[in-house]
Amino acid sequence: MTLAISDITKRFGNLVANDDISLDLGAGTLHAVLGENGAGKSTLMKILSGVFSPDAGSITVDGAAIKPGSPRAALAAGIGMLYQEPLVCLPFTAAENFRLGSRRSVRTARDDLVDTSRRFGFRLGPSVLARNLSIGERQQLEIVRLLAAGVRVLILDEPTSGITADQRQTLFAALRRLAAEGLTVLFVSHKLAEVNELCRSVTVLRRGRVVGSSALPRPESELVRMMFEEGASLPARSPVVARGGVVAELDSVDAGDGRTGIRGAHLRIRRGEVVGLAGLEGSGQSALLRALAGVAPIRRGRFRIAGRDMIGRRQRSFAESGVALLPGGRLEEGLLPGLTIAEHLALAAAPPWIINWRDAQARAVEAIAAFRIKGRADSTADELSGGNQQRLLLSLLPARLQLLLMEHPTRGLDLDSASYIWARLLDRRRDGTAIVFSSADLDELLTYADRVIVCFEGRLIAERTASETSVDEIGTLIGGSVAVGAL
Amino acid sequence: MNRQRVTSLLAPVAVALVATVGLLALADAPPLQALGLIGEGAFAGRGRVADTLMAWAPVAIAGGGLIVTFAAGLWNIGVEGQMVTGAIAASAVARSLPGDRPLVITLTVLAGVVGGASWGLIAGLLKVKGRVNEIFAGIGLGFVAQAFATYLIIGPWQRAGVASTSGTEPFRQETWLPTVGGTRLAPIALTVAVLVLLGIRLVMRNTRFGLRLRAVGSNPASAALLGVPAGATTLRAFLVGGGLAGLAGALLVTGIQHKLVPAIGGGRGFLAVLVVLLAGSRVWVVGLIALFFAAISVGSSQLQLRLNLDSSLGSVIQGLLVLTAVLYGGWRARRERSAPAIAPAG
Repeated sequence: MTLAISDITKRFGNLVANDDISLDLGAGTLHAVLGENGAGKSTLMKILSGVFSPDAGSITVDGAAIKPGSPRAALAAGIGMLYQEPLVCLPFTAAENFRLGSRRSVRTARDDLVDTSRRFGFRLGPSVLARNLSIGERQQLEIVRLLAAGVRVLILDEPTSGITADQRQTLFAALRRLAAEGLTVLFVSHKLAEVNELCRSVTVLRRGRVVGSSALPRPESELVRMMFEEGASLPARSPVVARGGVVAELDSVDAGDGRTGIRGAHLRIRRGEVVGLAGLEGSGQSALLRALAGVAPIRRGRFRIAGRDMIGRRQRSFAESGVALLPGGRLEEGLLPGLTIAEHLALAAAPPWIINWRDAQARAVEAIAAFRIKGRADSTADELSGGNQQRLLLSLLPARLQLLLMEHPTRGLDLDSASYIWARLLDRRRDGTAIVFSSADLDELLTYADRVIVCFEGRLIAERTASETSVDEIGTLIGGSVAVGAL
Repeated sequence: MNRQRVTSLLAPVAVALVATVGLLALADAPPLQALGLIGEGAFAGRGRVADTLMAWAPVAIAGGGLIVTFAAGLWNIGVEGQMVTGAIAASAVARSLPGDRPLVITLTVLAGVVGGASWGLIAGLLKVKGRVNEIFAGIGLGFVAQAFATYLIIGPWQRAGVASTSGTEPFRQETWLPTVGGTRLAPIALTVAVLVLLGIRLVMRNTRFGLRLRAVGSNPASAALLGVPAGATTLRAFLVGGGLAGLAGALLVTGIQHKLVPAIGGGRGFLAVLVVLLAGSRVWVVGLIALFFAAISVGSSQLQLRLNLDSSLGSVIQGLLVLTAVLYGGWRARRERSAPAIAPAG
């Protein structure tokens, strides 16, 4: 089966997201699509899977054109997409999810699910509720479902965020096997190492155009040069700054819901230090950050910020104590869809009764320049790309902070945006701001944190100095294997 | 953009008119004549213009309040009940308070605001503290308000000698809004309505409260992180929305009915919900659509007089209008589905 993408163009207003893109893929290809944020990867994939319809161009499978803009037609033609957040119905069991959209009987569905899973080394219990599956397992479920639906072209969008090293190896093995069986695999990722490891060829997009293609593997520096015009460099390890006094003290803290909550947490955070939280999605990092921010109540234990007892206080007094949270769901938890950049800045500036819009406008223009946000003062938050939403969130932070808490600060961002954002964040350490952040990207944790704390099943199980540990060690720890040095 | 706005307003009106013509033809009425009669009934002569404007004022005022609650993401279906409690509170003052006209009228109207606001506050507290969806709270509280009005009319406030659901004894003339030109037009009601709309426009555009309302309406969790007191803002939205509905109820008592009747809201609150549903947060559009609806309500009485058609045909036209507008909005959203929720811009 061959997939031909011919002369695809897609505009959003003045922006040309895809500019005359063509791509031919034969059966059994493992092909990567690389590009920085806003390069047009997601748009192209959504056109392929029928979510968007292109302004010009066509997609053919084995020479037959597919009706554009119809996910159903794409699926019928054998094109299936695995989204970053797998599209499973959480209240359904694995088998029920597997049956969705097919005509299988309940029993055949169970049997097929078990058979197909086993074939790829996935361990999916058919009667487990999807909500109790990890992100990696949901992904496996979705892959199995798409295969059972007869998919011959499998598109994966950033599939390795939030899954374990083991699950990644299982996924890659499955994808290699599928390619060997004649499936076409299209792999979208920012992670150069993974692309090099898995794929045999790559197409690089920049500003909506194809700017290069190559066989893989290839040195990462060359791939970086293709993705960026100026040739951004890989980030360097940040220097450890001298630590000051204690900003936050946690003792025996329980917070959050049972399964994803945190129990018995002890933690000291010093002025000017950067603490990285490692762990699988839902191991307690999120609950810990939310408890520190005063968003989730602390059920038990002691918590002080700069010596002040914070138990039972409202979120507002946390903000007054100089605590801020950058949540992982930028548009869902941090920004206001439909409101403009100027309106966000006006709100964050704690305005008087009557708002001076001229001031707010000026502040927005300033922030756009200072944080290099690609947007205008009257652009709404939902119109911005993920990277620019993160920059907007950063511009909303108060000037002086004691404690800055972040979930996945650079998730989904390209290297250039990520190192820019980190440079801005690390600047804050000079004023004594302590930073605590969680990330699924172990390289990011080791690059920017002074020390890394590993969360496992709601407990802080280990702590390592970033300069004295390795991706391998942390990777093993987040799976729950603690050797020496447990907290 | 502006042209698009105009189209989005006029297209559904055109479709609704075509549907209405079809409907009138089905009812064996000459469609164009019927539409002409509605226009005539609403605007031919000072008396009818006065009636149309007096029908407009309460809908516009309640609509102004609904802009506030809608901005905060709240479906304040309880507006009809808040109108009734406003009318009850106004009646309580009007029937018992002695004194001259300016003072009594001021206090009556203020009592209406308080009555509506208190009912709104209850819905707000149920929402914020009790996590009761405001739609259900609104419907429930509406029933209570309606029943309470009926109880007062046939019970403690009944007419001398007769317990009748046709209403209380008319209140004394000092509580009536002054009218002009031998019509039923009360300039005070009209002025209040215009001031309310202008005030809402000012609040929504230029105040911290307006911005906070929109922040909470957009995303309460984000708003809280940005320092907006989400619960308090929601309560204030209910206070304002309820207060303005109560004001509308008070004007119905002092400007139109001059007594308390059961179901004094007469569906005007629900009509205001539809108006705001169509107009969104655009204040002048709320005023305009409210006027259009008021004209249909007043004008359709002519259908009965002249063509022997039931005047409820006016409500059918209003309903058709809302349905087609909502359908048109949905259809456009479907067509624009290919536009991204997040523009991939760098």
